[in-house]
Amino acid sequence: MTSVCFYFQVHQPFRIKKYRIFDVGHDHHYFNDKSDRDINNEKILHKVANKCYLPTNKLMLELLEKHPEFKIAYSFSGVFLDQLEEFSPETLVSFQKLVKTGRVEILEETYYHSLAFLYSKDEFVRQVELHRAKIKKLFGVTPKVFRNTELIYNNELANFVEGMGYKAILAEGADNLLGWRSPNFAYRSPGTTTIKTLLKNYKLSDDIAFRFSSKSWTEWPLTSEKFANWVNEVNGNGNLVNLFMDYETFGEHQWEDTGIFEFLRALPGAILKHPDNEFITPTEAVAKYPAVGEYDAHNFVSWADVERDLSAWLSNSMQHEAINNIYALEADVFATGDAKIIEDWRKLQTSDHFYYMCTKWFADGDVHKYFNPYDTPYEAFIAYNNVLHDLRLRIADRKTKRVQSKKDVVVKKKVAKKVANRAPTVHVKKVSGKKAPKIAKK
Amino acid sequence: MKNIRVLMFGWEFPPHNSGGLGTACYGLTKSLTKSNVSVTFVLPKKLGGLNHDFLKIVFANIRNIKIRGVTSLIHPYITSELYDEYLLKAPEHQLYGLNLFDEVRRYGLQARLIAAEEPHDVIHAHDWLSFRAGIEAKRISGKPLIVHVHATEFDRTGGKPNQFIYDEERRGLHAADCIIAVSQLTKNVIVEHYGIEPSRVMVVHNGIDHKDFRHALPPALKNVRESGKKVVLFVGRITIQKGPDYFIKVAKRVLELDPSVLFVVSGSGDMEHQIIRLASDMGLGDKIIFAGFVRGDELLKLYRAADLFVMPSVSEPFGLTALEALANGTPILVSKQSGVSEVVTHALKSDFWDIDDMADKILNVVSSRGLHDTLGELGSTDVEHVTWESAAGKCTQIYRDIINSAK
Repeated sequence: MTSVCFYFQVHQPFRIKKYRIFDVGHDHHYFNDKSDRDINNEKILHKVANKCYLPTNKLMLELLEKHPEFKIAYSFSGVFLDQLEEFSPETLVSFQKLVKTGRVEILEETYYHSLAFLYSKDEFVRQVELHRAKIKKLFGVTPKVFRNTELIYNNELANFVEGMGYKAILAEGADNLLGWRSPNFAYRSPGTTTIKTLLKNYKLSDDIAFRFSSKSWTEWPLTSEKFANWVNEVNGNGNLVNLFMDYETFGEHQWEDTGIFEFLRALPGAILKHPDNEFITPTEAVAKYPAVGEYDAHNFVSWADVERDLSAWLSNSMQHEAINNIYALEADVFATGDAKIIEDWRKLQTSDHFYYMCTKWFADGDVHKYFNPYDTPYEAFIAYNNVLHDLRLRIADRKTKRVQSKKDVVVKKKVAKKVANRAPTVHVKKVSGKKAPKIAKK
Repeated sequence: MKNIRVLMFGWEFPPHNSGGLGTACYGLTKSLTKSNVSVTFVLPKKLGGLNHDFLKIVFANIRNIKIRGVTSLIHPYITSELYDEYLLKAPEHQLYGLNLFDEVRRYGLQARLIAAEEPHDVIHAHDWLSFRAGIEAKRISGKPLIVHVHATEFDRTGGKPNQFIYDEERRGLHAADCIIAVSQLTKNVIVEHYGIEPSRVMVVHNGIDHKDFRHALPPALKNVRESGKKVVLFVGRITIQKGPDYFIKVAKRVLELDPSVLFVVSGSGDMEHQIIRLASDMGLGDKIIFAGFVRGDELLKLYRAADLFVMPSVSEPFGLTALEALANGTPILVSKQSGVSEVVTHALKSDFWDIDDMADKILNVVSSRGLHDTLGELGSTDVEHVTWESAAGKCTQIYRDIINSAK
């Protein structure tokens, strides 16, 4: 039996506009570019919705109706859902329709598609909670499987997320960790007892996501029959084929004229032709298959670049400086009790900001350049750094005001002192009170 | 492989150079002669006579190069310093009159004699002052002529060309069998303003000799740096082409937000007094240091003392100083209107007129270690492949192609 598990990542960041140092102290809107550039979030969302989300969702719905055996899974970042609500409610409705079929699973992640697990466990938990609440609100379901930003994963994360009650976690099936072993089984992380690790079959996943339209690839053109045969070959030496990829593969990374939609339209039928094949969601996969061995990731792995490590976000000193700066503000941000400041601080944690500052192969003009809305990594850093200056000023401003109002209260009424002290921190307690709670338990 | 003999006409040569032209001729010929090319380098006159250091240095350091001085060009009124001055001056300057144009004509006449005496396979002339000499040499020997454009009159004058110089340039470009431009930017100017077919213009970017920049030196501006101040450096001729006025305006904008930045201007030129006045009128007297014309190790020390090198050129065919700054590990901010920006990826780039954009970038570099270090480290790696060997290799190929097609 071979179970095919499709999982799609759906994410759009709030990109920072061209924000100059002279805007610091005057302009507190960081993400509202209205130009023709690719940092205009609304413009990008509409573009991708028209090229990918709407046509692909329509096709997925057709496929789900046509094949009762077909199943898929999504992970939506919270910032993506925010943008759907703001810019494209019809796209949100089309996703909701898919989920209503009952054969579409939604996975958990950090609301802000952040690297919080690496820098603040408290913030990580808070962002997962926020995400869970958002999914419940929009889709009426509660995720049971966790996937971290860009499949960033290590043993510590698997253990931590087990403590939060999740049944499975997704990871890259990295060659150096698997060795001779196949990614086509369920694994577990050392130290865990219940949670299972599902590994991306990066060869088959990337055949679709990256190589599909590459004319220099010996397998081009890729047909659904050919791909189904590769899946069939797993039969006998594996039971699970995890095809994890960006949802934007359909229509955005691989344009419509490459034939990607025809491929997708025919794929479930081609795979189901073999009587031993089926489709499965991540939750079903871990219920069905026992873990066959340990997947031991001491260091972080991810699905990015050939290195499959953190270097896309954290390799040069600009990236380290920027991310250290943002997390250094954590306590001060919460001390303001200002919801807008907290939200902006969180939007600045989205991993894409650091990805845009990446200088690996910047000179060669590869995918980093393709996916970078800024002309250079330096421009990305400068806009980010300037925004950070402004955020610090806003924090300092709130502090001064708070101290001032506290003093006033003390002078006027002793009784009011308690209230004044508590008021600004109420929000903090609410969101940070719990540590690694069993939130996914049903 | 057959040895290629090049008869090369130039105008200046280090250490008697006022700018990039001399440095480029030196670097290029030195690398050419390391391969199977021999160069006879012709200068219009013997600088300071036969006993001049210059000749010794060149003969001592550069094998295979013969330096030919054209003695008859020693003019009673013109010292070598003045020649350098001529190169610097904008054309409207009163000294830039008949005398220099006379010299260009005489250089051309002398070139006929030299072309008859010196065996060669190809003629290579650098910039308009030598173009006429190149044309005359070709007339005698019939060998193919390559003209090499390091700057056009449009670059030097900020778009207001002197008619005589423009005509000389145009004549040389049209007479040439092949044109070498130091950048795509310069190629575009040649195509647009001189009516040249794009296919006739080859781009050969300048390079640098990295080992010239690697020796240890005592630090400069030590006190300034120890006091925590950041240093922003301008190196170049103080002429309209290099945008020194934009540098002063940017300094003003930066200092409004961060008064601890020190600006250093190194170079001289016809706008020097005007720029010093501008700085003092803007109240920046103690924030901008005018270091004068600096060369050699002193210049290297300045590069190394700087946190950022800024080149706000209005029109910069190449911009060798930016490569030099990077070779010393100093990050650069260069005008988008520059040839160097074509070969360097890890650099900050702005439009020269966008004062706010340049100020924004400067303020970020001086306040962020991460940005400064990333630019410096990756930028200096970036320029490792930008060498004179690479430029000489391309020139050699052009020589071969042109000699073969002339057969």
